[in-house]
Amino acid sequence: VAGVSRASRQAFDARIERALGDEALQKVIAEGQDYMQALIAPARAQPDWPLALDEIARVRAETLAHLDRYVEQFASNVERLGGQVFFAADAAEARRHVVALAQGRGVRLIVKSKSMVTEEIGLNVALEGAGVEVVETDLGEFIVQLAHERPFHIVAPAIHKSLEQIRALFSTAAGRDVGGDPQAMTRYARGVLREKFFAADMGISGANFGVAATGSVVLVTNEGNGRMVTTLPRTHVVVMGVERLVPSFADLEAILEVLPRAGVGLRATAYVTAISGPRRAGEADGPQELHVVIVDNGRSAILGSKYEQVLSCIRCGACLDICPVYRKIGGHAYDAVYTGPIGAVLSPLLDGLACHAELPFASSLCGACSEVCSARIPLAELIRELREDSVEEGLASPAWGVGFEGFAAVAARPRLWSALELAALPLLRLASAGGALLRGRGPLGAWTRGREFPRPERRSFRAWWGRASAPADGPTSRERGGG
Amino acid sequence: MITCLGDALFARVGVAAVEVLRKLGVAVDFPGQQTCCGQPAYNAGYAAAARDTARAFLQAFAASEHVVSVSGSCAAMVREEFPRLFAGRPEEAAAVALAARTFEFSQFLMDVLGVQELPVVRHATATLHHSCHTRRLLGVVAQPERLLGMVAGLHYVPLPHSELCCGFGGAFAVKMARISTAMVDEKVDRILDTGAGLVIGLDMSCLMNIEGRLRRRGHHLEVRHLAEVLAAGWQG
Repeated sequence: VAGVSRASRQAFDARIERALGDEALQKVIAEGQDYMQALIAPARAQPDWPLALDEIARVRAETLAHLDRYVEQFASNVERLGGQVFFAADAAEARRHVVALAQGRGVRLIVKSKSMVTEEIGLNVALEGAGVEVVETDLGEFIVQLAHERPFHIVAPAIHKSLEQIRALFSTAAGRDVGGDPQAMTRYARGVLREKFFAADMGISGANFGVAATGSVVLVTNEGNGRMVTTLPRTHVVVMGVERLVPSFADLEAILEVLPRAGVGLRATAYVTAISGPRRAGEADGPQELHVVIVDNGRSAILGSKYEQVLSCIRCGACLDICPVYRKIGGHAYDAVYTGPIGAVLSPLLDGLACHAELPFASSLCGACSEVCSARIPLAELIRELREDSVEEGLASPAWGVGFEGFAAVAARPRLWSALELAALPLLRLASAGGALLRGRGPLGAWTRGREFPRPERRSFRAWWGRASAPADGPTSRERGGG
Repeated sequence: MITCLGDALFARVGVAAVEVLRKLGVAVDFPGQQTCCGQPAYNAGYAAAARDTARAFLQAFAASEHVVSVSGSCAAMVREEFPRLFAGRPEEAAAVALAARTFEFSQFLMDVLGVQELPVVRHATATLHHSCHTRRLLGVVAQPERLLGMVAGLHYVPLPHSELCCGFGGAFAVKMARISTAMVDEKVDRILDTGAGLVIGLDMSCLMNIEGRLRRRGHHLEVRHLAEVLAAGWQG
């Protein structure tokens, strides 16, 4: 087990080095975050912003508290409207079902709108394995698909790509130089996608939310591709996580107010689409068949646990846009579908802690994510809880355990503490006087590789206090302790 | 509350805090049984070890009327996490009570003592690092800024991107040293942008991280806890 975890730590470190060493990437992530913060700052300063977040948290908590009821209500309403519902217990079941739907209809080309849950279940690979061409039609996803990469960010999948990189990807695909003008590049993508929309036999979308009271699937999009995917092909398949419901349309109000601002910095998105069943008799457009695949894949195990609140997530990406760790390591270092603070919690819960053993520890617990979360999920607290689980499951390094147990044993014995402190201070002074010599070595190596270690003062505070009857003898605030 | 780090490495900060509190008419005691609040173990996922440490801490401060901490994150540990750590245990009532009477240094000066003015002079251009736990867990943001506003001669320049973590994060600074160093590098860049000659903070752990990186990069800015600035510039 130790060997496995060492290998995974090495792989994690290598991904971090790759991100930190990529100057262009560093710039792009920081600029992206700063841009989002500037856009969202006015909204956050509004007095009713916290109230909207409270309302979202309330709606999501209510949904999760009675999820069984809302799922049943949603499913029966989808069926009443003429749709078909399939419950997938795990990723494999969901994949098999969608592949069977495609094969049963002789589908050769599928257009997709952006969906994280289809990334989660590895749907594209399964469909391609069955000989079906799958085209991502969200511009960011289209770019990421051409690059054979995972989304870098849950809302902005290609945020890490420079214009030049996108130009190269498009030019390779086109077999000609598409030019460096962003409008020309977009025109190229639009041209390719337009043909795919008309030729596709099946459209696959995610769902921002399902409305239990009506059986409607609500999509919040900006590019218009979502509407093409869900109306042009004969068959529309919705893939959604089982938790992504709201009780009623009224419950969407706060979410639709916050999601565009928190997600892309806009007051509203270009499109909010509510799909209620397939095309009905006499209607001019819409798919002939609507299938809704409701995916559990580990979610019901989270329900009722100490992590339940993570299921309140509305996938706005606000935590990624403020996280100082994501700012440095970016999305791909997480090696997970869900990245950033929400990914650091959700990915280990969905895939197993052992698969993402480093993620809960790759946080300074600064709390920025908890502060901005649109659904008021205490993300930093959940990250800390995952650390407790790592320790309990024996996934954390044994050396740290010994260290903390030892520290606790001493800390609970003040006299022993004082004695050890008395003995350790001269050694620490000596070590820090050694300065450059010890740089990057010894027990403080990880610290001193990048930072000086402070030179302790001659005496501890405790010792000074003991002599405080003669305070002139002790250190004063004007005396410098550091070297 | 001097904190384990303050006791072992930064005695001067505790001494300064004692001086300031005494000058403000507070009777200061240092219960000798105090060691650590348990935060390092708690944040690293070792709840049982943290609880052992925190239990000793509860006993050490059982008789104290107010507990003043020279570290925002240690104060936050007691105020926010102790009640959670001891929920449903015999120590719960004591933990909740101690949480209510524990304060970060600037929070105590402003919110408990109601300090309006200070006879403090310091001629410097200074910036302030709002530590994350001080800001987000304690909600202490205005207090240190208002105290700095009372210091004659001090030109205060707010730190841009002050909401960004310095990268300390306890064991994180060592366990994820590369990420931590990249984070503190950006913090150092922002500090240098201000042109300040003095960096002030409320938590020696963050300041140790920031100062350590500043020094490694060859910068000689002065790095001080707020208590040191107040004690050193106190007139009379």
